Amino acid sequence: VDIFFQQVVSGIATGGIYGSLALALVMIYQATDVVNYAQGEMAMFSTYLAWSMINAGLPYWVAFAATLVIAFVGGIVIERVVIRPVENAPVLTIVIVCIGLLTILNSLAGWIYTYTQKPFPSPFPNRPIRIGNVIFGAHDVGAIAITLIVLGLLYVFFRYTTLGLAMRAAAQNPASSRLVGIRVGWMLALGWGLAALVGAVAGMMVAPVVFLDPNLMAGILIYAFASATLGGFTSPGGAVIGGLIVGVTENLVGTYVRFIGTELKLTVALAIILIVLMVKPSGLFGRSVVHRV
Amino acid sequence: MSPQRLGLVAVIVVALALPFVLSNFRLFQFTLVFVNAIALLGLNILTGYNGQISLGHSAFYALGAYTSAIMIDKWSVPYMLTLPAAGLLCLVAGFLFGIPALRLEGLYLALATFALSLAVPQILKYFEHWTGGSQGIVLSKPDAPFGLPLTPDQWLYLMTLAVLAVLFWLAANLLAGRTGRAIVAIRDNPIAAQAMGIDTALYKSLAFGVSAAYTGVAGALSALVIAFVAPDAFNVFLSITFLVGIVVGGLASIPGAIFGGLFIQFVPNWAQDISKAAPWAIYGLFLIFFMYAMPLGIAGSLRILWIRYATRARRDPTGTPVGSLSKQ
Repeated sequence: VDIFFQQVVSGIATGGIYGSLALALVMIYQATDVVNYAQGEMAMFSTYLAWSMINAGLPYWVAFAATLVIAFVGGIVIERVVIRPVENAPVLTIVIVCIGLLTILNSLAGWIYTYTQKPFPSPFPNRPIRIGNVIFGAHDVGAIAITLIVLGLLYVFFRYTTLGLAMRAAAQNPASSRLVGIRVGWMLALGWGLAALVGAVAGMMVAPVVFLDPNLMAGILIYAFASATLGGFTSPGGAVIGGLIVGVTENLVGTYVRFIGTELKLTVALAIILIVLMVKPSGLFGRSVVHRV
Repeated sequence: MSPQRLGLVAVIVVALALPFVLSNFRLFQFTLVFVNAIALLGLNILTGYNGQISLGHSAFYALGAYTSAIMIDKWSVPYMLTLPAAGLLCLVAGFLFGIPALRLEGLYLALATFALSLAVPQILKYFEHWTGGSQGIVLSKPDAPFGLPLTPDQWLYLMTLAVLAVLFWLAANLLAGRTGRAIVAIRDNPIAAQAMGIDTALYKSLAFGVSAAYTGVAGALSALVIAFVAPDAFNVFLSITFLVGIVVGGLASIPGAIFGGLFIQFVPNWAQDISKAAPWAIYGLFLIFFMYAMPLGIAGSLRILWIRYATRARRDPTGTPVGSLSKQ
């Protein structure tokens, strides 16, 4: 039973990370109606910036805050410069531009920082927290706490502020929003900025666990995508819960089903998600889209 | 003869002349362009014409490639016969995958197919007995039959070209007819299509099946041309490359598949020539500027140019376009 709980706990830890990136994906989707395939690479690049600053001698939290500011501004700049020219193009064109952005960021990071792995510091103490026979890593607990705080702040922002409402409106119905005086283009840019910021948080939380390299996010993005889909692309809370479910399932399946082991655990986790989607096609917590004919 | 038909004949003549002009390596590259083009046409039938996004076509490509490789390696089947076998198997596999995919739309379908292409390398490694695990299967390049005086590369080029021509002709006929109209109608408005009496479930699964069959044949051809299959070649990036290919080439366009095939074969090489340090950054820049310049892909831009040219040619001597609204 102890092993079971231990696996659940470490599943929750990794799931928290998937969840935070999934949250970033869902955010940008809600604010812009586009799934941003470059999200993971944006997070990776921000994490490298944080690494540079910490290595230059800045205290962790100063570097953390500075990275968030840079990521936010960077996200806005990318939207204004790169995405805006294809704003009205078909969705697949935007997807391809995102893929272009992804390869650029990945290649640049490899060029500037080389492809060797770098250790990334954790802001949390190194000693484990022990409850009964189950061990919690302090970093895992801290990472989940930060994810929950970010989620809470976003919820408040989107639910209770005028700006948050304007952003949701701009994504859902650009034409009507423009008529009531919302600057739709800037709302999209803000959405990208916020998503880059959330991604940067996720990157800085995951880097101490898996080390920093230019392909840091490729694997995690897949899980994040799966988590967001499982939770439903219309539900930020669902994204986090989806992340936790994916993390725990993956860990338990890898431990208990012998013939699967670690080799096929990704496949199995995805198969489970697919089965869930067959039953609930718009995710566990998503609203199904109703079309007007 | 219409200008389009004249252009087509010119292209075919050039394509037939190439193997006697180019070096073996260049020829190999062009053979791969054709292989890519067949796969892209397959994906385009699904994504461009039917509106279902797939990030899973590397799976069908892999299925085709391994069908061909295993049949040749384990059962010594003549390599020509492995092409229809791969196509048929992928048709069935695609049709079956298309049935559960009916419930999914847009992003959710993208995830489902994405999962498929992620799972494939792992599954291929798992069934080591058949697939040779991560080592893959090594084949030998087939010689030209009937004692034709051709090198293996020349023969493979001509064979791929022939398969391409047949498959493109079939696709053009399929898409121009009743089935094609049904497939496009489902993309444009599924509810209206259903109201018109189109069996959307059947046609969507069918589009999935045909699309997978094309991609499977391309996979089988790639196994013959490269004479090697290994699981890691069929990763998610291959699926993404296919998607890049159809969008750059032009969605819902048959010649677009050829333009896309040229792009995904040659542009990464050019990027490498420009910058050894960060080739993918150059590739990414190229991709983004390409999309700015031609948001509808190469075929889309050519179509617009053609329409402009045609309307100008039809103007009357005073310079007003026919049917213009200038009188109102």
